Amino acid sequence: MRRYLAYLPYLLLGALFGFTLIKAEAASWYRIQEMFHFQSFHMFGIIITAVLTAFVGLQLIKPLVNKASLDGTPIVIPKKGAGKLSHPVGGFIFGIGWGVIGLCPGPIFALIGSGSFAAVIVFFATLHGVWLYGYMQHKLPK
Amino acid sequence: MEAVLQALQGPWPWYVSGPIIGMLVPLMILIGSRSFGISQNLEHLCAITQPKFIRVDFFKYDWKPSAWSLVFAAGVFIGGYLAANIFPAALPPQLSEQAQVMFNGWGMAEVTSYNPAEIFGLKLGNVILLLVGGIFIGFGTRYAGGCTSGHAITGLSTLQPQSLYAVIGIFSGGLIASHFLVPVIVGN
Repeated sequence: MRRYLAYLPYLLLGALFGFTLIKAEAASWYRIQEMFHFQSFHMFGIIITAVLTAFVGLQLIKPLVNKASLDGTPIVIPKKGAGKLSHPVGGFIFGIGWGVIGLCPGPIFALIGSGSFAAVIVFFATLHGVWLYGYMQHKLPK
Repeated sequence: MEAVLQALQGPWPWYVSGPIIGMLVPLMILIGSRSFGISQNLEHLCAITQPKFIRVDFFKYDWKPSAWSLVFAAGVFIGGYLAANIFPAALPPQLSEQAQVMFNGWGMAEVTSYNPAEIFGLKLGNVILLLVGGIFIGFGTRYAGGCTSGHAITGLSTLQPQSLYAVIGIFSGGLIASHFLVPVIVGN
């Protein structure tokens, strides 16, 4: 029971994230097109204030680095893996999909929850895209 | 009570939504030293579902230590359910004038729902589009090692140059798709 209870915070934070994505209209194709055409500050405002809030929050918890987090593991600031081409090129490929479908992975999960069957189709396809990546990743430039 | 309900139904302005999302980064670290992000789950789901007769080594790993991440994704699903079905917004997205003119110019119907039937309506052409788009999204996020949450929000707020390059890539791809592909797609 204790073991399962440890997962509860992630479920709650995930629910908050999903709820917010829908209410922010970040899972709306219309909003994504509006963003890529610089026709509204809305989406930029979300991303910019999210980054700023995260940055300030991270500065506040900096004194706690290497001390125990709530579940006992030492606190570390996350680091992305190495790689030169993979980040911009992978990002570009993802961006093409995001620009056309108007959904990135977080909104896909939220939109499935909202009851969109189209989002289920996109989700099904993303898994195949990920599998394709796994299949050929040793041949791709890092 | 009425006011609370109305506030929950939204839509929420950027200055409410952005800080809530950003707050998740330090919170996830405090709870269990976890990095905020969602697309890694797609990899875990491949590891879980890959059939025995397909043996791609990349997906042969123990996903159980990442169960927290799948629980987080399940939460996103629940949040999406609550937001759309229990506390539905009264109005569709209130887009800028310019955006509405643009969509009209593309031959699209008036904005009356959260997502357009021209893209999300279930007909053969759309299903193919959603499948192809989904493959790009899945392939790209894993090649890049993150999506909008992991790179743009966690990566930029922790000042990682790789995430800045990823975000530049993501935005370039999105601009090209939105300016050159989408008008052709919805026009047909």
